[in-house]
Amino acid sequence: MNRYPLWKYITVVVALVVGLIYTLPNFFGESPAVQVSSAKVTLKIDPSMLDQVGAILKKANITTTASNFETNGPVGTVRFRFKTTDEQLVARDVIENALNPDPANPSYTVALNLLPASPAWLSALGANPMYLGLDLRGGVHFLLEVDMKGALTSRYDSFITDFRATLRDQKITADSIERVGNSVALKFNSDAARQVAFDTLRRRYTDLQWQQPGPDAGIWSLNGTLSEIAINAVQANALKQNIITLHNRINELGVSEPIIQQQGANRIIVQLPGVQDVAKAKDILGRTATLEVRLVDDSPAATSALAAGTTPFGLERYQDRDGRPLLLRRQVILTGENLQDAQAGRDSQNQQAAVHLTLDTKGARIFRDVTRDNIGKRMAILLFEKGRGEVVTAPVIRGEIPGGQVQISGSMSAEEAADTALLLRAGSLAAPMEIIEERTIGPSLGAENIAKGFNATLWGFVGVAVFMIVYYRLFGLFSAIGLSFNVLLLLALLSLLQATLTLPGIAAIALALGMAIDANVLINERIREELRNGESPQQAIQLGFDRAWSTILDSNLTTLIVGIALLIFGSGPVRGFAVVHCLGILTSMFSAVVGVRALVNLTHGNRKKILGLSIGTVWKAKD
Amino acid sequence: MEFFRIKRTIPFMRNALALNLISAITFVAAVIFIVIRGFNLSIEFTGGTVMELSYPEAAPLVEVREVLINLGYTDFQVQNFGTSRDVMIRLPLLPGQSSANQSTTVIAALQAANQAPDLRRVEFVGPQVGRELIENGLLALMFVIIGIVAYLAVRFEWKFALAGVIANLHDVVIILGFFAFFQWEFSLSVLAGVLAVLGYSVNESVVIMDRIRENFRKERTASVQEVIDGAITQTISRTIITHGSTQMMVLAMLIFGGPTLHYFALALTIGIWFGIYSSVFVAAAIAMWLGVKREDLVKPIKKDDTVEEIYIE
Repeated sequence: MNRYPLWKYITVVVALVVGLIYTLPNFFGESPAVQVSSAKVTLKIDPSMLDQVGAILKKANITTTASNFETNGPVGTVRFRFKTTDEQLVARDVIENALNPDPANPSYTVALNLLPASPAWLSALGANPMYLGLDLRGGVHFLLEVDMKGALTSRYDSFITDFRATLRDQKITADSIERVGNSVALKFNSDAARQVAFDTLRRRYTDLQWQQPGPDAGIWSLNGTLSEIAINAVQANALKQNIITLHNRINELGVSEPIIQQQGANRIIVQLPGVQDVAKAKDILGRTATLEVRLVDDSPAATSALAAGTTPFGLERYQDRDGRPLLLRRQVILTGENLQDAQAGRDSQNQQAAVHLTLDTKGARIFRDVTRDNIGKRMAILLFEKGRGEVVTAPVIRGEIPGGQVQISGSMSAEEAADTALLLRAGSLAAPMEIIEERTIGPSLGAENIAKGFNATLWGFVGVAVFMIVYYRLFGLFSAIGLSFNVLLLLALLSLLQATLTLPGIAAIALALGMAIDANVLINERIREELRNGESPQQAIQLGFDRAWSTILDSNLTTLIVGIALLIFGSGPVRGFAVVHCLGILTSMFSAVVGVRALVNLTHGNRKKILGLSIGTVWKAKD
Repeated sequence: MEFFRIKRTIPFMRNALALNLISAITFVAAVIFIVIRGFNLSIEFTGGTVMELSYPEAAPLVEVREVLINLGYTDFQVQNFGTSRDVMIRLPLLPGQSSANQSTTVIAALQAANQAPDLRRVEFVGPQVGRELIENGLLALMFVIIGIVAYLAVRFEWKFALAGVIANLHDVVIILGFFAFFQWEFSLSVLAGVLAVLGYSVNESVVIMDRIRENFRKERTASVQEVIDGAITQTISRTIITHGSTQMMVLAMLIFGGPTLHYFALALTIGIWFGIYSSVFVAAAIAMWLGVKREDLVKPIKKDDTVEEIYIE
């Protein structure tokens, strides 16, 4: 009666083999590697890079064990593996020197990396080691919140500039155009002017909803607010643009496997495994900068006001990076939204260091008009960090600049040019961001955490297994084997799903094992009980497994409810715990009920007559 | 080996009233501690910065404190962590000031002092995150309670469902009471542990309820109290062995898991022992007082229970 049909045995064996294959990659460790990726948006890396770097390494007499090309979204990367970390370091320097002849203006990012050392046939099967969380491998985790109010404000501010240009083109004069809270208010001196403006603007700016309140003291006003859909679009775009900007900035850091993900409507998670220089990472990421281009007022009146320390109406006082004060017009010509790229380079004529800016079409049009009208004046590029503005550079406009290709040159070194370019690129954030959560784990702590988690699980497992074998003998051994089977399946599943393993995740593995043994105890106790009631051994096995099943199911399902709750509402460490907890419940039901039963059937099912079961003492009360 | 050589049914329910009184008192005490002392919430909930530093030699705590005072901090904690070379620094959120860069300034200042420490871990949590975590924690707790009540009500019967949840909430409140009384740090992983305990001890009650239902079917003449006593007696060895095994795992975590898992393991330990107690004495007794009857459980024989009625000869 205790026989399984062949397919059930096959299921167990298949689960075992699959479990082994997918757990295997975790035992190969990691090998040192060097990765090369593009440091410039305009430069794409393709598979031919493999040959190019291969040739560089050959010339330097460095042997590489393997190499590959990989694309992650639009970003291509080539990686080369080496036998030792010494070789890796030498290779990094060699490649760096060959690919980036000008360190001030690197075309490629050459970074150290660790790659799983599992053999190629395993990778071909999709078997990869578990993805270790930052608390186990070391690194930085940031949660950034995008200031959506800021995104809206800057959208309205750019509307003002647009409206001015549009109305001027149409020869309509407005008394004033300004932002009032979350709306743009235009004031006209006649109803007719307002009507013409309204017709023009309504046609051109379909995102806005318009209101025309009745005239007040001879002023006809027109108020525009963004529609709900447009607001959502602005916010979604702001988030998207910030994520792209973060990608670019992180590329500059040369992190091997960064994670940049949207979380919720206004948050971005950034994880940088293995980053040691946290201060630098934070500096580059946390630079929650927005960019504005404004005109500098260098008129004699303004200069004397500057000297006197006063700020005339319509102007604002800012300082440049050396602390010199400047008076800027309030009107914003361009924002970071219009800036597509900023790169350090050289002036084509006099070879001076320069920064090249690329503007979008709208930006290019505005820029052309402004430069045409203001030749000889100065234009300031302002960077706002946490509400505080600083003038990055204030070059003189030498002539009309059409086409959106802007070059800033002058008295700056190559390094300063690179810095400014980076700052300006950083400035192309659509909305300011703030770090609202940070977790940094040093690499030594990560390794320690792995050891701690591993030891806790190992010794707990040994303790439970020894107890089970002593207490339940052969059936205890079966339970212990079932428990190992459970670990195997759990690790395989985690590797297969590439779920992130964290220290709480390891705790969940240990806890899953502690709870999984419950199913075995239920079954073994039940078998003993049936034996005690005088059932034959075969009968007792059958009844023991069957009767324990409904209890096992009930208790595991209630535990699963908890796991799911944690999965839904948990974040960070709790989530890592919940994933493993849920998976552990599923694997433990399979291994305890199907796996152990298969073992028992295999060893006991074919025997005609069994005198007793090796399940420890079955004590009966003397009636 | 057989630990439990039980000759006759143990009258667990005889002293149910006295034991539940003790339970009630413990529960009230726990609630009082929670209300009066509150929790020592980790920065995950309160917001702020925690830094862990490792010094090459014994950490100069006084010096570290001085550096922090010079940086303008007033309300901070500096203490040893694990060994005498490791230091943990807690900094509160500063209102009106972005604190994301706190750790960078502090580590720079400390590294400029006599002994340069190694940065082991930094955790910074902004105020908005902490609020959300508290909300989500409470939501998770609600979800778990409703889910479990619904499941038990469908699978068994509402009296059992209610009894089970009361018993297990009693465990949770007592764990929280311990954390409030000793002012142990209540972190996210402790919360996960507490919720895991909730599921785990419901699990325990389910095993006993399953047996009660089974015995109601088998023993047609026995009184409700006898059936409950019998069910608990029959499952007590399994209860102790299972919990013993889980405790072994948790003990390994407590010993080898290091400080990160310490309070998590502690919460589980308390939960395991109170879980046994509450399942045996509290859940069954409450179900009994709620007036659970044979007819509640036996009458509708559900499809998935038919296994228990079939005897294969």
